[in-house]
Amino acid sequence: MNRATKLRPSTSEMNYFPDEVIEHIFDFVASHRDRNSISLVNKSWHKIERYSRRQVFIGNCYAISPERLIRRFPCLRSLTLKGKPHFADFNLVPHEWGGFLHPWIDALAKGRVKLEELRLKRMVVSDESLELLSRSFVGFKSLVLVSCDGFTTDGLASIAANCRNLRELDLQENEIDDHRGQWLNCFPDTCTTLVSLNFACLKGEINLSALERLVARSPNLKSLKVNRAVPLDALARLMSCCASQLVDLGVGCYENNEPEPESFAKLLFAIAKCTSLRSLSGFSEVGQLCLTAFIPISANLTSLNLSYAAEIQGNHLIKFVHFCKRLQRLWILDSIGDKGLEVVASSCKELQELRVFPSDLHDEEDNNNTAVTEVGLVAISAGCPKLHSILYFCKQMTNAALITVAKNCPNFIRFRLCILEPNKPDHITSQSLDEGFGAIVQACKGLRRLSVSGLLTDKVFLYIGMYAEQLEMLSIAFAGDTDKGMLDVLNGCKKLRKLEIRDSPFGNAALLADVGKYETMRSLWMSSCEVTLGGCKRLARNAPWLNVEIINENESGRMERNEEDEREKVDRLYLYRTVVGTRKDAPPCVTIL
Amino acid sequence: MENVGVCDEFVNLKATELRLGLPGTEDGGEAEKQKISCGRSNKRALPETEKDIESTGKTETASPPKAQIVGWPPVRSYRKNNIQTKKNESEGQGMYVKVSMDGAPYLRKIDLTVYKQYSELMKSLENMFKFSVGEYFEREGYKGSDFVPTYEDKDGDWMLVGDVPWEMFVSSCKRLRIMKGSEAKGLGCSV
Repeated sequence: MNRATKLRPSTSEMNYFPDEVIEHIFDFVASHRDRNSISLVNKSWHKIERYSRRQVFIGNCYAISPERLIRRFPCLRSLTLKGKPHFADFNLVPHEWGGFLHPWIDALAKGRVKLEELRLKRMVVSDESLELLSRSFVGFKSLVLVSCDGFTTDGLASIAANCRNLRELDLQENEIDDHRGQWLNCFPDTCTTLVSLNFACLKGEINLSALERLVARSPNLKSLKVNRAVPLDALARLMSCCASQLVDLGVGCYENNEPEPESFAKLLFAIAKCTSLRSLSGFSEVGQLCLTAFIPISANLTSLNLSYAAEIQGNHLIKFVHFCKRLQRLWILDSIGDKGLEVVASSCKELQELRVFPSDLHDEEDNNNTAVTEVGLVAISAGCPKLHSILYFCKQMTNAALITVAKNCPNFIRFRLCILEPNKPDHITSQSLDEGFGAIVQACKGLRRLSVSGLLTDKVFLYIGMYAEQLEMLSIAFAGDTDKGMLDVLNGCKKLRKLEIRDSPFGNAALLADVGKYETMRSLWMSSCEVTLGGCKRLARNAPWLNVEIINENESGRMERNEEDEREKVDRLYLYRTVVGTRKDAPPCVTIL
Repeated sequence: MENVGVCDEFVNLKATELRLGLPGTEDGGEAEKQKISCGRSNKRALPETEKDIESTGKTETASPPKAQIVGWPPVRSYRKNNIQTKKNESEGQGMYVKVSMDGAPYLRKIDLTVYKQYSELMKSLENMFKFSVGEYFEREGYKGSDFVPTYEDKDGDWMLVGDVPWEMFVSSCKRLRIMKGSEAKGLGCSV
């Protein structure tokens, strides 16, 4: 916003400039929020902004309809859409809940929008919609799908075949039905524009020679992330093809035993040529030898994702990370252990973002001594001065540790702590972790996202309401004692946009205290709490601009509605502001009040 | 998705575990086919599981049983499904599993990967625990001995050693138990 502000003497003077000049000034303003602000200044600016807007971000696909979007921004080129609520990631939302892409593609096609980029998160995407997409937008360049489902490799084949100018196909953690077809073959020989190709989440075999030919004719390819069906020798050949320009590589191959010496030598040779490589990921079915092969270029890495490398033992992870002196982003499994995190703390001084995922998801070993604890977290906070984002799964925590972390790292903008056992207290003092999290929110004045866990009373929410002034997203599980906790958050956190709560004793009093608050927020999720059907109905009556959705336990919920007792607790509540009223595509298990 | 259904899934934790064989094989599919083709259930019911816990000398869980909570820990389903853990590996090599024998004072640990087939494994167990295992028949199990070698698979079920192909056994075996006496006799063809 700074540049635009400097150029602007005053609004009235600016109105003497022709529209094209104003539009040109607006070009410097990229952030969605700033553009939204510009459009509110006056009618003229609103109009100019509308027609010059190229990128639109829709955080909740049901907040607005595609038709209204296109009416307002007819010249849009890039669209980001998010569908299901966050807790859908953890199986808390029925598969058929919603978030369908098709109506959007349909409307965009009919509106003759010159769509070039589409980024989707937690949407249901069908092969039909991918086909329609591929045929409707001549200049389409970039498709990024994160945590989506509903499509197969046939849909990918349409994209490959019909998008003549495709630059980016990035599939992250989607559930894709792999028909093991020849989708890679569908890229025509004339397609030479690929810059980024990520199909790591595909489970099936691919046509290796088609892939090699595709890579060979893509001189701009900077990012390549393959799936587990690409063995070592094929990977080495691919890398050799584009080694000098490769910035981002995702590895994953079947490796039962030791790799063949010849393939391995080829891999080493290819790696040596990857002087531009900055980001490394994958390794999901790969042994440590394959990882150590990358040591020669490890000092150049700024991003490393080994969070799927369950085959690689902690000590090998540690050995590798030790060499990554320029690392800014690290995603890793807790098998690295506290000792490993201490090595990270001493080696990776540029670290900004850390995510430590649990490796033992089925809790098989009770004495899992390779998991991480508060010791690792404190070490990281002490050693990495630039750290601003953390997601940390651990088995225990203490207030003392959190207080130390808060002192060491007042710059956190994202702090997500998940203690694996719900309601677990400070393991030394047996007290709740209110004080620890309180210290975090008090010290980290810029905190925008927070997830809390462990034993927590209403007190932690008092602190959050008091100190977390910039907080936009809060995730709560198994915490709090009374409605006062939730009320303190709703009243205190002025910038709160998303609140998601599960298994906590908050009820109607908290839900209904300030209905207007929900107009300032994107959404609220409450599951296994104390809110009742009656409370939700009252909310829906008082706030017609909200969609109040009750997700029922069984699909025949709708039929039973007439007999339902208003005092009955609602299992899952999801409410969100919207300008288009009740959606028409809700399944039977969802009741919209 | 029914909440009840999901709860059931999570109560039976093993159902959510990735049941992958060696890379390149169908997950679970082969095992299912095997069971059907044998014409009977391969899963022989263990009469009393509490007895099992006592005889091995230690409990399955050192702490109270963990509650199976839907959607917890908050890890994306995609991630949960794609993390393979081979918990039985210790030094990064081999597949060490615990072996217990009814009546023996302490457990042993063996590396399954050093064996190529069942006969080698049996010989090693017989040497280790000084017993003899009898002869294996596909329909009747082990005959000619009081001792019956069983193992716990990834589903948490107790199976007779020798029923499934060797590779499948190695990839699904979590621990071994050599049963003895009357309990062993209780395992046989399903009625």
